Parts: sequence; structure tokens; C-alpha cells
Amino acid sequence: MQSKMKESDPILEVENLFASTDNLPILKGVSLTVYPGEIHAIMGRNGCGKSTLSKIIAGHPSYNITNGDIKFLGENINSLEPEERSQSGIFLGFQYPIEIPGVSNLEFLRVSTNARRKFLNKEELDTFDFEELVKEKLEIVKMDHAFLSRSVNQGFSGGEKKRNEILQMALLEPKIAILDETDSGLDIDALRIVASGIKKISNAQTGIILITHYQRLLDEIKPNYVHVMSDGQIIKTGESDLALELEAKGYEWTDNFIKET
Amino acid sequence: MVNENLVKDVVKEPYKYGFVTDIETEKIAKGLNEDVIRLISQKKEEPKYLLDFRLKAFKKWQKMKEPDWAGLGYKQIDYQDIIYYSAPKQKEKISSLDEVDPKLLETFDKLGIPLTEQKKLTNVAVDAVFDSVSIATTFREELAEHGVIFCSISEAVKNHSDLIEKYLGTVVPASDNYFAALNSAVFSDGSFVYIPKGVTCPMDLSSYFRINSGDSGQFERTLIIAEESSSVSYLEGCTAPMFDTNTLHAAVVELIALDNASIKYSTVQNWYAGDEEGIGGIFNFVTKRGKCLGKRSKISWSQVETGSAITWKYPSCLLLGEESVGEFYSVALTNNLQQADTGTKMIHVGPKTKSTIVSKGISAGNSKNSYRGLVKMGTKATGSRNYSQCDSMLIGDQASANTFPYIKSQQPNSEIEHEASTCRISEDQLFYLQSRGIEFEEAVSMMVSGFCRDVFNQLPMEFAAEADKLLALKLEGSVG
Repeated sequence: MQSKMKESDPILEVENLFASTDNLPILKGVSLTVYPGEIHAIMGRNGCGKSTLSKIIAGHPSYNITNGDIKFLGENINSLEPEERSQSGIFLGFQYPIEIPGVSNLEFLRVSTNARRKFLNKEELDTFDFEELVKEKLEIVKMDHAFLSRSVNQGFSGGEKKRNEILQMALLEPKIAILDETDSGLDIDALRIVASGIKKISNAQTGIILITHYQRLLDEIKPNYVHVMSDGQIIKTGESDLALELEAKGYEWTDNFIKET
Repeated sequence: MVNENLVKDVVKEPYKYGFVTDIETEKIAKGLNEDVIRLISQKKEEPKYLLDFRLKAFKKWQKMKEPDWAGLGYKQIDYQDIIYYSAPKQKEKISSLDEVDPKLLETFDKLGIPLTEQKKLTNVAVDAVFDSVSIATTFREELAEHGVIFCSISEAVKNHSDLIEKYLGTVVPASDNYFAALNSAVFSDGSFVYIPKGVTCPMDLSSYFRINSGDSGQFERTLIIAEESSSVSYLEGCTAPMFDTNTLHAAVVELIALDNASIKYSTVQNWYAGDEEGIGGIFNFVTKRGKCLGKRSKISWSQVETGSAITWKYPSCLLLGEESVGEFYSVALTNNLQQADTGTKMIHVGPKTKSTIVSKGISAGNSKNSYRGLVKMGTKATGSRNYSQCDSMLIGDQASANTFPYIKSQQPNSEIEHEASTCRISEDQLFYLQSRGIEFEEAVSMMVSGFCRDVFNQLPMEFAAEADKLLALKLEGSVG
């Protein structure tokens, strides 16, 4: 399916990726290609390696790639630091955004945005210009200005943390966003806000990978492809109706699949 | 697991202030005895009462034992192997800054403390101390117009002898402790500040201490007197060259605040800390104490301690006057094999006195960082209150942090509150910041300055920015 002719070059290519942590193999040969404008959903049981895949693409130091390549815009990024990946346009939306006491959210967002802007040879923003920019972006996730003066994620509710993630995505304007269970812990209203935020930010040049357990996010954002992961491999790939089928039949249904090569 | 190589690379970041000024100095021979003390006193043309003060202190010191309760590990100091007086040779009488040896001016220039008329800092008056002597004090005339006296303590002995005789040794008596006794016997120079009644000092006052020679100790003495309803903000900075021997720095600072007076004393201490193996560095054994003598007087200590091989200091407040206020805000950062044992004593004597302690200790590398503090409520301290907060941050898994809060209350009608916490910079926090494009080193320093925010907010503006940068520099490569 992904072998059909595309008009542009892929944003992300994961090629036969094997990875482990503490010598424990987690990924056992994952391949995935994302082209501009595509939305991919990755589904699967807890512990199947979905989150690990997202962390490895973002460069988490706890995982070792034992085989295979990750290419971003045609370049191998296996050995890039996490900050270099972010600056060049890879965004990971965390399943559990981390609290950083004492560091103001506004300053954090500004430093982060400027790191990306610097990479893009855009002018770095001072506090005043940044305030203007962030005000605009706050609209997208319907967040109150007061969030900016608090410490990063500290004391935020689950929904607030997730919206703060999407705010960061809006500021960083990544080429590819991997959103790890961004829908978990959200009520219906918050889910709509987050989903509409993601849609506003993405466009024909960006790629999105949604890692999720539930159909409800995919009702809001219709994926082009749905991948099912099990035991460190993608065992089935289909179009958006695969998610519906999965919802109806449960993961047990997938246990009988033979790995598609 | 985190960036092992990066860590090794940046640990080699050189100490920026480690240069030595090649200048002809006048030194006396190594060793300590009564004759040496007489010689120092004679060189400084001191009155008899001061020589007696020194000799008495020396006698006491000889009977005292070097304290070991802090559990600091260091090679025994040979007090006969130290030079007790070292001064750059210059003209007998200097009438203006133009006559100061250009090498000295250049040294302070390099340290970011320009002294000359054209370049001097515009909002801060500076007293520059080089080894044992004060080189220059800026803005003296301007300050004099307000009746403020800001000069070296040697000059104060000559020109304001009555004040020295009245106050010297009244806050930190010569017999207070081993290092205070040693300082009282051999102190060479330091700063003197006098703020007259009702005057708010028109600018910040600052002393900059520079140790240049490797074999001489530095024993400065600072005395600040704030008369009724006056106020002053005083800053102190310190650096030293890199030597592979240890240099002893044993200072005494005394503050006196009368009715309604307020003194704010801020320190950024960046003495040479020794290398990664713990070779060299300054032994910083300092006694700092303020006396809130008057009603509603206030003394506030804020310190950022990043340098020295060993730091042993407890800036304290004696709260005598009714409703007087003592504050202590501290950031102590240790890396490699540094040791810091620092804290404060808040002695509540008068009624309705109030004290606040906020201490932030950051330990990285193989360092040891302890908070040690005493809060005491005396029998007359009715309605007095203390609030203490001691937080420690550990970086890496080899550093240690301790908190030793001592609380003594003889007054049931008083309140003492103590909070303490320990945290560690986690790999997840670092990864989160990095995954947002923030470089590893910057991520660490953002988190450290976030941790220190409460204290940095207490520092004068120029200092706060400098402190932030200093911490970042000190921490480079410490996370492994």
C-alpha cells in the first residue's frame, strides 16, 4: 500500500528497526513510512512497543537501536541528540507530560520555540514578541493566559497537560508530530479541543502519527492508515476502517494475524 | 548513561578567573608569632588598642583547637607555612586612581570590575581588595556628600578610630571560634561602611576580594554600621587564581543595625574550587554575623556560594531589638570534590522578632553539601516567629546532601516552622526539555535556576543575572 507512487519525498522512514532497553528487546523489526499530509494511527495493546517507538524516534537515551534506521527528510538520524531532532522538526507529544518545578512555562516555551526558529534561520523572539505569538497560539487550544506564568506542567490537570503539549506543537510547527496517547484522560470537550487543535496545526506538508487505544480520537481526526502493533512489530496495516473493525472485535482478533511483510 | 563523553568534555571548562597577576609584592616571611602580629600592626600604623586587640586574640587562638565537628575532610593546615601579609608594591601615598599600578587596574578590569573614572560601574561603589590590601574605592566623594563612609578598614582605623574602637569585635568576639580568633590576630584589610542616621545609601556598595598569591592567606575584616533609620545594600564578590596548593581564607564580617535600620548583605563567592581531583582550591572558613541591636531593625543575608574547595560559613543574626528581622537566603552549589557546610544561626532574643531561612543546596559530582542551622528562641522572645525551608537537589548519583537543623526554644509563646525537601534531576525531565529543542546543558541550568528562584529573587538585579550564569558555568558537564 505504501509502495504506490507518491508525489513528494517521505518525511519519516523507519526501516526494519530493532531496539532494546537494558538488553531487553522491545522493537523487533518495525517499518513505517510517512509522507507529507498523511495521518497514521498506531494501535495495539499496552506494552506492544507503541510508546517505545515514539520515544526512539524522538531520541530517548534509555533505548539502544540494535538494528535498522530512522530517516528524517532522507537523512539518517539514529545518532542525533533529542534536541537536534526537535530543532529540525520532529515533535513528540508525551503521554505523561513531565512536571518541571520552578521553570516558568512561558520561558520554557520561548526557549524551545527559539531553538527551533534558530534552526530555521528565523529571528529569535524576545519576551514581548513571543507574548504576541503565544497569545495567538493559546486560542488554538483554548488555554488561559494564566497557564504561562505557572511552572511547566506543575499542578496542571491531565487535560491541561495535554493541551499544553498541543500548544508546544503549535509553537514549534514540526514537520512530523508523534502524539502518544494524547487522547487518554481527556473528557469529550477537551478531546474536541485537542483534536481541532491538531487539525489546525497540520497541513499538506506535515505528517502525523497518532498513538491511541480508542476510536473516539480517530472519529475526530480521520487517519489515512491504521497500523496494529503487537510484540514489537507492526502486524497489520489498513485504512481507517481497520480501526473500526478493531474497536468492534478487540485486540484478541489481531492475535491470529501473521506478520505482514 | 546520559552523554558520558559530553560530560567529560565540558568538565574541563577552565575556571575563568584563574590567572595570576605578575606584580612585585611586599611579603613578610612565613609563619605566625607575636612578632609577626606586631609587624602587621606596625605596617598599618595602628593605634595601641588595636595591637592589644590582636595580641589578645592571638593568645586565645593559641589555646584553641581547630574545630572538626563539621566532619569536613582536609589535610591539616600548617599555620606556620602561611604568609600573613602580602601587598602589591606601590607608592607610599596614592592621591588618585591614576597613581594605582596599571597592572592592578588591569586585573580588576579582567575580573569585570573596572575601577578607573571613565569605566567604573555607574550604579555601584566598589572597594577593591587585592591580597592583603585595599587598592581603591570608587565614588568616595559622592558618598561623602551623604555622610556615608565607605573605605578600607585600614583607612577607617586611621580616620574613624572612634567607630572602630566602639564596634570592632562587638558582634564577633575574638574568642568566638578558632578562625575568628585567627582573623582577629592577623586581619589585614577589608571594607568599612558607616551609614549615618536617617540616610538611605544612594547606591549599592560593593567589595571585591581577589586573592593573587598562592602562599599567603587572606584574612579580611568587614564592618558595617547602619545608624538609626538608615539603610544600605552591600555586595561582595570573590575570585582567586588556580594553584595546586590550598589557600586559607578566614574572614570576619560584622554588621550592626540600630533602630529601624536595614542592612542587606549579598555575596557571590567564586573562589577557585580546585580541580576535578580535588587538588588545590580555597579553604573558605568565614564568620559572618549581624546584630539587630535596634527596634525594628533588619539584617538580610543572601549568598550564592559556588567556589572554594571547602566552605564553612554560617551568616547569622542576633535579634536583640524588639520586632527586629533576620533573613538568610542561600544557594550553595558544589561539584567535583567540593565540600560545603553552610547555614545560619537565628538567635531570637528580643520579643516579636522574626526570621526567615531559605536554603537551596545543589550537589553534583562527588561533592558534599550540608545545611547546618540553629534557630533559638530565648526566654524573652515572646511572640517571635521563624520560618525555615531547606531544599536539596542532587545531580548524579555520587553527590551527597545533608540537612542539620538545630532548634532550641525557651519560649513557649513563639513559633518555629521547618520544611525540608530533597529532589533529583531526573532523566525524564531532561529528556522532556531536550525533546523540545533545549540543549542538555541549558536544560540542566534551567532546572537549577528554577530550583533557586526564591533565593535569586532576593539578590540585587545585577547580581541575580550573574548568579544565574555562574551556576550554569559551574554545572557544565556535571550531569552524568
